[in-house]
Amino acid sequence: MRRGLLAGVFSLVLIAIAVTYVVVAGHRNAAPAAAASAVDASPGDRILFRSTAAASYGRAATVARAAPAGTRTVSALDCNRLYEAAGVGICLRPDGPLATYQLAILDAHLAVKDTYPMVGVPNRARVSPSGHVLAWTVFVTGDSYNGGKFSTRAGMLDVATGQTVDTLERFAVTRDGKPYQAVDLNFWGVTFVDDDHFYATMSTAGKRYLVAGDIAAQTVRTLAENVECPSLSPDGTRIAFKEAVGGNPNHGWRLSVLDLATMRRTHLAETRSVDDQAAWYDNGTVMYAVRRGTRNSDVWSVPADGGGQPAILIPDAESPAALWSN
Amino acid sequence: MYLASVERPAGAVDRGKRIAANVLALGTVSLITDVSSEMVSAVLPLYLVVGLGLGPVVYGVVDGLYTGATALLRLVGGYVADRVRRRKLIAGLGYGISAVAKAGLLAAGTSIPALSAAIVADRAGKGLRTAPRDALITLSTDPENLGRAFGVHRAMDSAGAFAGPLVAIAVLAASGQAFDAVFVVSGCIATIGVLVLVLLVRDHRGEPRAAGKRIDLRQLRHAGVRTLLIAAALLGLSTIGDGFVYLMLQRRENLATGWFPLLAVGTSLAYLVLAVPLGALADRVGRAKVFLGGYAALLVVYLLLGTSWGGVPALVTVLLLYGGFYAATDGVLMAFAGPLLPAEIRTTGLALIQTGQALAYLVSSVLFGVAWQWWDASGAIHAAAIAAVVTLGGSALLLLRTRREVAA
Repeated sequence: MRRGLLAGVFSLVLIAIAVTYVVVAGHRNAAPAAAASAVDASPGDRILFRSTAAASYGRAATVARAAPAGTRTVSALDCNRLYEAAGVGICLRPDGPLATYQLAILDAHLAVKDTYPMVGVPNRARVSPSGHVLAWTVFVTGDSYNGGKFSTRAGMLDVATGQTVDTLERFAVTRDGKPYQAVDLNFWGVTFVDDDHFYATMSTAGKRYLVAGDIAAQTVRTLAENVECPSLSPDGTRIAFKEAVGGNPNHGWRLSVLDLATMRRTHLAETRSVDDQAAWYDNGTVMYAVRRGTRNSDVWSVPADGGGQPAILIPDAESPAALWSN
Repeated sequence: MYLASVERPAGAVDRGKRIAANVLALGTVSLITDVSSEMVSAVLPLYLVVGLGLGPVVYGVVDGLYTGATALLRLVGGYVADRVRRRKLIAGLGYGISAVAKAGLLAAGTSIPALSAAIVADRAGKGLRTAPRDALITLSTDPENLGRAFGVHRAMDSAGAFAGPLVAIAVLAASGQAFDAVFVVSGCIATIGVLVLVLLVRDHRGEPRAAGKRIDLRQLRHAGVRTLLIAAALLGLSTIGDGFVYLMLQRRENLATGWFPLLAVGTSLAYLVLAVPLGALADRVGRAKVFLGGYAALLVVYLLLGTSWGGVPALVTVLLLYGGFYAATDGVLMAFAGPLLPAEIRTTGLALIQTGQALAYLVSSVLFGVAWQWWDASGAIHAAAIAAVVTLGGSALLLLRTRREVAA
């Protein structure tokens, strides 16, 4: 009996500690919010991004092309990942407090026009150059019931027709010129050529491929190995991507550019490991987020030809999208 | 795409017949610990991807460490527990390591090696504690009531697994999405589990061995034990894993991906409801029969997945049978094995059987993946059904013969 009492008392103490911590953590995160203002995300000389600054953490914001480290215009919209092209935006964001997520379709002023529930944790987002087709990648995991092994799903939505691609895993795969099927297919990191064609990463049997896809035909075919998170240049000739060092993601990634005509790879001057889907600033420069601690990151830029030096473009930011046309 | 977990929860409702206080105490420890560990499992992907911004492949690397860590430690833990005759101590060590690992997750920050180490420690603790805990259940219960005792224990265990993700979600909501709060709460709950074990669970040390006498592992070669080990491993070869079963269901029924997690919930519900009745049934009609019946249910699952019968009735039937498979096999196997093993090597024996099944399952799930690649999904499931028929037949011959020998 005394032991039962002892167990009860200790348990109450531990529960009190747990509850106190939760309450304190809740207040710690309630940072003073920056005043939200109207944000113009229509095509023009500005960069849209996700802010990681304390006063505007998680909000969508823009800076002027001429002064990317200068004053930012912060919206009221919270996004984990966002992108915008031709006045149409995609925002992957928490859906209520229940650790679920939704896809929000945005207009040129970051107003939410429509939402769709998502299954999984948002990771990448893109919009086709015309603004008609949205693509996203989520992680689907992971309680003990299914063994906790990760998988990714990449899906698409045609805003004009309402047609969706639930997951690219259903597309017919051609690997090295031959039809291929496997249960361990994973797709992530879509980048658009136009409303019907795209590039993405496909992994199977321990290898990661650059694939070219056709939405109407529902097909993908492999083009090259060890290419992750592709990002097509505005002129459509090159792909910026992260290349696993020595072919092994355990060793980190080297930011690189692939010339689609010659299939030649160029390592960029950024030598830190970059785990992001890069975006193009213009035809000569790529931009990408570099993590700083567990909560913050900065957007850096580096020349796309392998020369020059990386430099901070937007401090306290990630998920950048250049809104001008090249 | 989904790797195997080496253990599974089980469950059902206590009808109020006599269950030893020690079994209830162990069930309480498992319930509390599962709340703690499932909280972390539920938010770990979120934490790694949203919190730390890891990409897909790194996450896979960290995650893959889960599987390997348990098998060897389970054997070592079982042997040491028998050797020092302190099952409670070794089980407590396992629970304790997992509790400390929660703090490790917090301390690791963004360092991948440190995160991996914390995850491996958590799993290692789980590997260490399972066999001593199951041995304690067998030592605390009359042999004729073991099926029901395991049913009750697995039901409590799985109730904790249900509550865990809900608690995690509540903590995230209350703390403004603070992941560290989830880890702290999980650590506190895990510590409560260890306390309940220390204060309320009684060790069964058994008769002291004569001075200088070592435990005799040759007893594991006793015919009954050997047969059960072979039969269990053989049947393990016919399991393809939850991931594949749910994937087949999802593709066949063309379910939106949003339904995917619900398939696991459905299976667990069936498991939870059926564990105690099937455990009690095993006590009445024989554990071999119920155990084999569970694998027969699995065979029917494969056959159904191989047909074109679709729609909601098919889905419900498959999940019910699949949950029934777990309810009829997981705890029942331990109840079956317990009385066959001399008390002084019981933990080692249980660990050996669990490891044998886990390794067989690892082999078969890999083979199934290869078969899928080779023959497509329907070819692979037909191959699995054929394998299930063969292994079920072989095991039935082995186990039913053993029963006659024991009876004689």
